[in-house]
Amino acid sequence: MRIVDVLGYAYGGVIGYRLRSLLMLFAMAVGVASVVMLTGLGEGARRYVTGEFASLGTHLLIVLPGRNETTGGAPPLLGETPRDLTLDDALALGRSAAIRRIAPVTVGSAPVSFKQRDREVITIGTTAEFLHVRRLKILSGRFLPQTDPRRAAPVCVLGGKLKRELFGNRAAVGRWVRVGDRRFRVIGVLASEGRAIGVDLEDMVVVPVASAQALFDTPSLFRILVEARSQSLIPRAKQHILTIIRARHEGEDDVTVITQDAVIGTFNKIFTALTMTVGGIAAISLAVAGILIMNVMLVAVSQRTAEIGVIKALGATRRTILTLFMTEAGVMAAAGAAIGLAMGYAASAVTAQIYPVLSITAPIWAAVSALLLAVVLGLVFGVLPARRAAALDPIAALARR
Amino acid sequence: MITLSGATRDFVVGEQTVHALNNVDLEVEAGEYIAIVGPSGSGKSTLLNAIGLLDRLSKGTYRLENHDVTGLSDDELARIRREKIGFVFQFFHLIPRLKASANIELPLTLAGVDPAERAARVTAVLEDYGLADRGHHRPDQLSGGQRQRVAIARATVTRPKLLLADEPTGNLDRTSGKDVVHILERLNDDGITLLMVTHDPELANRAQRKIRMVDGAIESDKAVVSL
Ligand SMILES: Nc1ncnc2c1ncn2[C@@H]1O[C@H](COP(=O)(O)OP(=O)(O)OP(=O)(O)O)[C@@H](O)[C@H]1O
Ligand SMILES: [Mg+2]
Repeated sequence: MRIVDVLGYAYGGVIGYRLRSLLMLFAMAVGVASVVMLTGLGEGARRYVTGEFASLGTHLLIVLPGRNETTGGAPPLLGETPRDLTLDDALALGRSAAIRRIAPVTVGSAPVSFKQRDREVITIGTTAEFLHVRRLKILSGRFLPQTDPRRAAPVCVLGGKLKRELFGNRAAVGRWVRVGDRRFRVIGVLASEGRAIGVDLEDMVVVPVASAQALFDTPSLFRILVEARSQSLIPRAKQHILTIIRARHEGEDDVTVITQDAVIGTFNKIFTALTMTVGGIAAISLAVAGILIMNVMLVAVSQRTAEIGVIKALGATRRTILTLFMTEAGVMAAAGAAIGLAMGYAASAVTAQIYPVLSITAPIWAAVSALLLAVVLGLVFGVLPARRAAALDPIAALARR
Repeated sequence: MITLSGATRDFVVGEQTVHALNNVDLEVEAGEYIAIVGPSGSGKSTLLNAIGLLDRLSKGTYRLENHDVTGLSDDELARIRREKIGFVFQFFHLIPRLKASANIELPLTLAGVDPAERAARVTAVLEDYGLADRGHHRPDQLSGGQRQRVAIARATVTRPKLLLADEPTGNLDRTSGKDVVHILERLNDDGITLLMVTHDPELANRAQRKIRMVDGAIESDKAVVSL
């Protein structure tokens, strides 16, 4: 029998029994559409999160006090509390040729007030470099001056939201605000960032690192942000940081260096796994659709015993009948899958209109594998009914009217 | 053309064995017109099914056109059915979702004949059997007589040498029954070997030879004397 004729016959079977065909198409379509949508959602989330991290700045390394054993070694022995990171540690890192910028960071919470208005916000103590390392923009005025980091100048830069809450529409630059028990002159206002992960930079005040240390009465740093000279110099910069700090901390490896790459890589992995998982769950609905196909095809075979008897009498071999019925199941699965793909992408497009942040499009691999899986399932679950059809005794099949 | 010797077909039902065919010897020449008669349950359909290779003998041998077909595989039997044998059934057995023309085309499609050739042959048989304007109708839009004519067209579109009809008029009124028989006889005139099971004595007497079966055996086998 010719392939075209096999397909034509299968198509006739699909068209000839409309209701059951529609049900099967629907089941398959829903399965495939959910794979497309869920993997699209996972993929969108992955892109969003990695995009957020990339926006924090490239070639970024973060130095944290304390050893962070990710391999799960023995807990630290008693009395082995890590040494604090100090401003001098941060400044010492400037010796490395692989490092372009260093921004020490101290963080604390303090009330900020202007006249009667009072807000409790995060205070960040850092240096002029912070602006470049974190890729921030200045709305008005300027950022912290390029002076000796050890000098506790009474100047501050406000986050956009904080500025609005304290000053409304009036100019803030040049005014004096109170942070904790000290007075600071406002020298600049930060522009809104649009996106940010971690600290909300909109709602904070930035002061020189030495001022913050005095304010919070601590010599230690929260962390040090380091920008390497290039992507390829990141590993060397990390090595240098570890060596320099070790030398300053009496041979102890008591800091952790996180690279931006590693963070993004980890998130990438997590979200890819997530996408696969939700895709897998959606694939279960495909399997259910496959079982439905089997059921419906079994019913089709018993409804069409006479037809099978006739084509046997007309000289169809077992193989031909097997092919005909499997093709019918396959055609139905493929058509359902195609409809499902269209539905899934349409739904994704609509969602993207409503939530543009999550640009959700299913990855091609997911769409292709959903399509293939649907057809394979159609064929696999078509085998049993087709075999039953092929094994029918033509005389018995024809004896029933 | 057909040689059955010691043909036996047993059915085991529970503890009992039914001899639907019991040691039948039969010789049929090419071009013969044979009516098979007998009471219900006497084995007429079983005999026809065995000759049509839809069923296998439990014992005995079957030679078709001088080839022993007794032990052939299913696929070989299917090929012989496709090439040499046409069937006509009491209940027509047309495929309801296919148009008359598609029903007729089916054996050619199964045999992989090319589409142009198929179309030509289908048009020709529709014409022959007075169905030219019914090709696009589905079976449920046709009368009984028309359905049986479509079924005959389907059985003969492959130009088989042997045509087996199991009570082809059993479901038809007298007039359409006559039409159908006339068509079958015309095919026989053109050289096809025709075996027809019937309960109608008048029809049986139109054949050249009449075989009467009782209890799975041939009780009588004689030439019909035409008046
Ligand atoms: N599949 C089967 N299983 C068991 N017994 C069967 C089977 N097919 C036929 N028989 C038995 O074989 C015998 C002959 O049946 P067959 O159908 O050949 O009779 P028939 O002469 O065609 O009868 P009718 O005129 O009613 O069609 C019957 O006794 C029947 O019960
Ligand atoms: Mg019978």
